[in-house]
Amino acid sequence: MTAAAKRANLGREGSHACAGVPFMNRSIALALAAGLSALAAFLGPPAGADEAKEAWQDILAAARGQSVYFNAWAGDPQTNAFIAWVGELARERYGIDVRHVKLADTAEAVTRVVAEKAAGRETGGSVDLVWINGPNLLSLKEKGLLFGPFVEKLPNWRHVDRTKPSNLTDFTIPVEGYAAPWRMAQVVFLYDSARTPPASLPRTIPAFLDWARAHAGRLTHPHPRDFLGATFLKQALVELAPDPAVLQQPASEETFATATAPLWAWYDALRPHLWRGGEDFPATGTAQLSMLADGEIALAISFNPADAAVGIRKGTLPQTARVHVLDGGTIGNTSFVAIPFNAAHKEAAMVLANLLMSPEVQARAQDPATIGAFTVLDLASLSEAERARFTPPADAVGLPDNAALGTPLPEPHPSWMTRLVAEWERRYTR
Amino acid sequence: MLLRLAPAATLAVLAGPVVLGLAFTVLPAFGFLPALGGTTFSLDPWRGLLAAPGLSTALTLTVGTGLATTLLALALAAGLCAAVAHRPGMARLQRLMVPLLASPPSGLALGFAFLVMPSGWLVRLVSPWATGWAVPPAGLVTVGDPLGISLVAALLIKEVPYLTLMVFAASATVPVERLMAAARALGRDAATAWVSVVFPQLYRQVRLPVFAVLAFSMSVVDVAIIVGSTNPPPLAVLATRWFLGYDLAYFHTAAAAATLQLVLVALAILLWLALERPVAALGRRWLARGSRSRAAGGAAGVAGAVAALLILLGLLSLLAMLVWSLAGSWRFPAALPDSWQLWLWRGEAGDAAALASTSAGIGLAAVAVALVLTLACLENEQRHGLHPGAAVQWLVYLPLIVPQIAFLFGVQVLLVRAGLDGTLLAVVWAHLVFVLPFVFLSLADAYRALDPRYAMTAAAMGAGRWQVFLTVKLPLLARPILIAAAVGFAVSIAQYLPTLFAGAGRVATLTTEAVTLSSGGDRRILGLVAVLQAALPLAAYGLALALPFLAFRRFRGMA
Repeated sequence: MTAAAKRANLGREGSHACAGVPFMNRSIALALAAGLSALAAFLGPPAGADEAKEAWQDILAAARGQSVYFNAWAGDPQTNAFIAWVGELARERYGIDVRHVKLADTAEAVTRVVAEKAAGRETGGSVDLVWINGPNLLSLKEKGLLFGPFVEKLPNWRHVDRTKPSNLTDFTIPVEGYAAPWRMAQVVFLYDSARTPPASLPRTIPAFLDWARAHAGRLTHPHPRDFLGATFLKQALVELAPDPAVLQQPASEETFATATAPLWAWYDALRPHLWRGGEDFPATGTAQLSMLADGEIALAISFNPADAAVGIRKGTLPQTARVHVLDGGTIGNTSFVAIPFNAAHKEAAMVLANLLMSPEVQARAQDPATIGAFTVLDLASLSEAERARFTPPADAVGLPDNAALGTPLPEPHPSWMTRLVAEWERRYTR
Repeated sequence: MLLRLAPAATLAVLAGPVVLGLAFTVLPAFGFLPALGGTTFSLDPWRGLLAAPGLSTALTLTVGTGLATTLLALALAAGLCAAVAHRPGMARLQRLMVPLLASPPSGLALGFAFLVMPSGWLVRLVSPWATGWAVPPAGLVTVGDPLGISLVAALLIKEVPYLTLMVFAASATVPVERLMAAARALGRDAATAWVSVVFPQLYRQVRLPVFAVLAFSMSVVDVAIIVGSTNPPPLAVLATRWFLGYDLAYFHTAAAAATLQLVLVALAILLWLALERPVAALGRRWLARGSRSRAAGGAAGVAGAVAALLILLGLLSLLAMLVWSLAGSWRFPAALPDSWQLWLWRGEAGDAAALASTSAGIGLAAVAVALVLTLACLENEQRHGLHPGAAVQWLVYLPLIVPQIAFLFGVQVLLVRAGLDGTLLAVVWAHLVFVLPFVFLSLADAYRALDPRYAMTAAAMGAGRWQVFLTVKLPLLARPILIAAAVGFAVSIAQYLPTLFAGAGRVATLTTEAVTLSSGGDRRILGLVAVLQAALPLAAYGLALALPFLAFRRFRGMA
C-alpha cells in the first residue's frame, strides 16, 4: 500500500468513528448473522463496538509490514531489553517491525519533530511513536504537533484504569486521546534501611526540616531545571499550600504568592542543612541516585516506586534499599506514548501503543526483574488469569504494595511548575 | 585545475550546514521561528536571557574556566615538551598520553569525578583506616566546586595531551635538533633552550589548536555537566538546558544564550590575539638579555611535573572506569569492588562489533573527505600564493564554537529539506562539519610552515608540482597528516548529537549507544561505554604514531 493510500485509509477510520450512520445496515447484518455477538455487545463493549472492531481490523491490516520508529529513553539495558521483547511480540503477532530509536533525553525527539515542522515536512516524519512525559507531551500538544485523538480506537483502552485521574488528565490538562498511557509514576523517597532506620524518616514535609538538621548534608534534590528537581518543590508545595485546590487552576501572580509563601519559608530554613549547604545540586535525577548509591546522601527523591526493587536486582543499590512515602500522600502521574502529527507509520504506531497497554505487556513491565513500571490498567477489569500475572514475584525485595503507596496526589497545573522553577532560580542561584 | 575548485568544494560542503545552523541559532534568538509560532522579530529572548538568574556568574565561569584551561594547557604542554627535550625518558610519558587522547572527554570526566569526589576512589583507598570515614565526608567539596577548579582539571586531562601532540606534530617541520644545539652552544640548559628557541617557532604552528582548546573548553557541555557546578552552570550548559527543557517557550532564550556563547568565544579569541603581541615583546626582551637564567628551566620543570601528575590522574580515571565495568557492586569505603561480573561485557559484545564497524565506517569516510579537502585547499593556497580570508576561516571554525544543540537544529532542517535525514550520507556529512575544522586546524599550520626550500630543490631537479606534492611534501608531512587524521577520526567517533539528528535516530553507533546508556547513570555501564568508545580512536592514534616510525626508520628526524 502506498503512503497516500494509507493516509486515505486512516481518514476513513476517522469517519467510521464519528459519523457511523452509513455503516449501520452492515453492522446490523453482521450482528444478526453472528447471533451471539449481539449478546456479547449487549453485555460487554459499548455500542458501536463492531464498527470499532472493524476500524481496528483496518488499522491492523494497514500496520502489517510497517516499521515503527519508537523513540524511547534508553538509559539502561533492562529498558532496552524490554522494548526489544515488545518488538519481538509485535513482529510475531502483527507483522510490524519495531525499531527502538534510543534517546538519552526525550527532548531530542521533541526537537526533531519541531525541526521537521520548521522544514515543512508535514508527512513521512521520522518519529512514529515517542515515550513522553507530562510537560514535553503538553508542549507538543499545545503546538499542534501531535496526531490524534487516537486512543479510544485502541481495544486495550477499555482495560485502562479511568479512575486514576492522571491517565486522563495530565497536569490538569485533559489528554483528550492524543496519547496512550503506559506506565504510572509516583513520588517516593529512596533510602538504605541499614543506614537510616525507617522509623527515623520524615513522614511529612515539615518534618524534613528536623531530619535534615539531624543529618546535615545528607539530603539534596536534583536541580529544579531537572524534572525530578521541580517535582521535589511541587511535592512540598502540595503539602504546604494553604489551599491546595488552587494548584489545579492556572497560577496567577496573586495565587502564586499566597500559595508558595509557606514553601519558601520552609525551604529557607531547610536549605542550609542540605548537601553543600544548598549552594549546589546534582544536575539530574540519575546523578542524585548515584549519590545515594555512593552513600554521599541518605535520602533521594524518585518517581518510580519500584526503584529500590529494580536497583537491588541490578546490583546498583544494596539489598536493604527501600522506598518511603509521606503520610499525606505523594504526587503521581502517568507516562504516555504519543504519535507526532507527521509520523510516517501511524497505524503501526497505534498497534504498538495498544500492545503496550495489553495486560501481558503491562504485567511483564511491572516485574522488577524487567523495568518495574507500575501498571496503568484497572486490574478489576481483567480476567482471573490475567490478573494473576500482576502478582509480584515472591523474591521481589524492596517493592511497596499499593496500600503503602496510597492514592497518588494530582500534579498541579503546569504553570505552577514553570513559576516555581523560575522563582526558585531567582531566589537561590548564585 | 581541479585544485582550484578545492576551496569552493570545501565551502560547498560546509556552507549549507554552517549558514543554516547559524541562522537557526541566531534568528530564534531574535524571536523568529515560525515552527513555534514566532513570525516577527523581537528582543524578548534577550530580555529573558539578561533577566535569567545567575547569568553573570555563568558568564564569569565560562570565560574564567575557558581561559584558565587554555593558558594552563599550553603552559603544561610546553613544559612537558621542554622536559622531554632534556630527559629522553620522558618520551615514554608521551606515549602514555595516547589512551587519554583516544578517550571521549565525557568518559575521562566521569572517571576523574569518581576519582576525586568525597565518595571517590582516592578517599576509598585511605578509608576508613586512615580517615575514620565509614560514610563519605559530608563537608568535602571537590567535584562541582563553585570556582570551577575541578572542571578546569578535568578539561586539562584531555587538553594537555592534545596540545602536546600538536606540538609534537608541528616539531616535524622545525629543525629542533639544530636549534637546540645552537642554543645549548650559547650556554643554555636544555629546558631553557627549548623554551627560548624552539617554542616560539612551534607556537605559531599550534596557534589554531590553541584556539580550538579555547573554544572547546568554553562551549563544552557534557564534561561541564559531569564535573561543573550546577547553580548556575557555565553558559553552554545553561543554553542546552533551556533547549532540551520541557518548556518549548525557552527555545528562544536558549537561542539567545547560544548566540551570546558564540560572541563570547569570538571575544576570547580576540583577547588572546591582542595579548599575543605584548607577551611576545616581553619574551623577546628576555631573549635579548640572554635568557640564561635558571628560572625558565625551573618553571619548565614544575610544569612538566604537574603535567605528569595530570597524566597519571587521567590514566587512573580510565582505570577506574575499566574497574567499574567489571564490578558487580562497589560500595563505599571498599577500595575495590565487593563483587565482580562479566555479564555487561558479554551482553554488549554482540552489538559492539556491528556498532563499531558502523562507527569506523562513518569516521573513515568523514576523515577521508576532510583530508582530501584540507590538503587540496592548503596546496592550492601555496601554489597560488593565496591567503585565506578571515571570514572563510571563521566559517570553518564556527561549528566548534556554537553549542551543538542550537547549531544542529539548523543542520537538521537542512537535511530534512534535502530529504537526506536518516541516511548514512547525512551522518557522514554532519560529522564532516565537525571533523573538517579539526583536521584543518591540526594540519594547516604545519603545512604552511614546511620549509619551501624542499619543494624548490625538488622543482629545481625537474619534478612537477604533483610529483613534488606526492613525493616530497606528503612524506615530509606524514606525521602531521596522520595525526590530523587520527584527531579527526576520534572527533567523529565521539559525535553524539550530530549522529542522532542527521541519522534521525536510525543510524546507531558506539557513541549513540554509549550516550543513551549513560543517561541511566549506572557507573558500571558508564565504565563499559568509556572503554568501548576509547578503543577505536586508540587504534587510530596508535597507527598514526607508529606508521611514520615504521615507514621512515631510515631517515632520522622524520620518524
